[in-house]
Amino acid sequence: MDYGKLLSEVVTEIKPSGIRKFFDLLNGRDDVISLTVGQPDFPTPWHVRETGIISLEKGYTYYTSNAGTLALRNEISEYLSRRFGLHYKPETEVIVTVGGSEAIDLAIRALVTPGDEVIIPQPSFVCYEPITRLCGGVPVIIETKAEDNFKLTAKDLKAKISDKTKLLVLPFPNNPTGAVMDKNELEKIADVLKDTNIAVLSDEIYSELTYGSKHVSIATLPDMKERCIVVNGFSKAYSMTGWRLGFVCAPAEITKQMLKIHQFAIMCAPVTSQFAAVEALKNGDSDIEMMKAEYDRRRKFIVEELNRIGLPCFEPKGAFYVFPDVSGFGMTSDEFCEKLLDEGKVAIVPGSAFGECGEGFARISYAYSVKHIAAAVERIEAFVAGLRK
Amino acid sequence: MNELLKLLEKDSRLTPEMLAAMLSKEVGDIKKEIEKYEKDGTIVGYNTLIDWDKTDREYVTALIELKITPQRDIGFDRVAERIYNYPEVQSLYLMSGGFDLCVLIEGKTLKEVALFVAEKLAPMDSVVSTATHFVLRKYKDKGLIYKRGDVDLRGECL
Repeated sequence: MDYGKLLSEVVTEIKPSGIRKFFDLLNGRDDVISLTVGQPDFPTPWHVRETGIISLEKGYTYYTSNAGTLALRNEISEYLSRRFGLHYKPETEVIVTVGGSEAIDLAIRALVTPGDEVIIPQPSFVCYEPITRLCGGVPVIIETKAEDNFKLTAKDLKAKISDKTKLLVLPFPNNPTGAVMDKNELEKIADVLKDTNIAVLSDEIYSELTYGSKHVSIATLPDMKERCIVVNGFSKAYSMTGWRLGFVCAPAEITKQMLKIHQFAIMCAPVTSQFAAVEALKNGDSDIEMMKAEYDRRRKFIVEELNRIGLPCFEPKGAFYVFPDVSGFGMTSDEFCEKLLDEGKVAIVPGSAFGECGEGFARISYAYSVKHIAAAVERIEAFVAGLRK
Repeated sequence: MNELLKLLEKDSRLTPEMLAAMLSKEVGDIKKEIEKYEKDGTIVGYNTLIDWDKTDREYVTALIELKITPQRDIGFDRVAERIYNYPEVQSLYLMSGGFDLCVLIEGKTLKEVALFVAEKLAPMDSVVSTATHFVLRKYKDKGLIYKRGDVDLRGECL
């Protein structure tokens, strides 16, 4: 077989995820303390798991409607209104997806055709660029900067808009930097967009995990809803990563097209997960508060510790990552992380995995117990001290 | 709600330095606060929860229901004090409902516990009756599940 001729060039040219590469290096290394994981350490709240179990016992093991059960869409609509002041009609403007990832895929595929430009602020989650390329789209990267607290600025956005721009990805609260955008900052972005025909893919998967301020969705700003595709899900807020459940909300003109892709590629999200998710939305607000309070304490602890050992660290206001500057050692962030793994026995993810402008930084997850974090920091401290000698 | 106490209740091994960082307070203030709670008895003490079934220690735990005739003026307090002073008694609660005192006892053998009840508790003047229930297995205690070690299930799902 000539696989070179067989396989799609668009796919073969896509680089695998830089996060995964680091996970693979970790494989079978019991001596290493990992701070790489991008998922909560809490088990899914018991009442949610139990609801899933009961649904299986009762025999609810069938397909749901393509868009997801109406019961769940109703709850999603009610939840978005209660928590974020977003208003979407459950019948026509909500699709239940296989995680936030599928929701992102649907949004990009429904909009982007070959040659279209998609503006992607980086550092950010790894999937926007490859999915854009799969559609023949052209990723246009905006490098957010530490001095702007890794926020997207109106000035940078304006400079990248062309007559080919179709979509802006807005990944806040941000993985890996922990940056959030407040209402005032979003208004400036909205101002730039308002007279254009550019859509916004607002990835709000970390919307429940903000510290010190409540998350604001750009779709709540005047005249923005018509151009916004809001992505969210259950993984981070309710610690339900393995259930693979997310959702996407948008004007009916857009969801109608996204639903076709979902219908043909996925059919529907897992039914057990959908039953459990109804329970999460109905009775899970206190679970969110509990987990968030715990993340917040870990966040304060790790920020203080990293600054103490001389890894300067921007204070993250959302998600569960810190993004310290590791550029002071004459190495790329990739080299730093590999050396830290080999010699310091701690695994973290190089910032370059989240875009070229992540170079010089590293992502550290604090979805771990304080004791685990403390043990890792102790090793990082010794490692860094060794480098400075 | 006192966050410091809640954190310590869950994990008493968090150091003042960790607690200070987690709560955005000064280490010195945390130390002072803990000292104050220790002095005034808010913090009663520090324990380690051990799953003795994972060791070769022979032991049994029993829960004993006691019905008591309360004494004028002092109610149940005097008899409670006489009972909790025995080192065998792990916990003692005053209950509402069908009986009055709930005693948790640890002993080496069933016989030892039975003898303790027969010889020490039952003969007390105000004790009307006793009912002894042996614990066969501990599933959960003080919010912690007796099952596995400190395992990160995220790794096991890969």
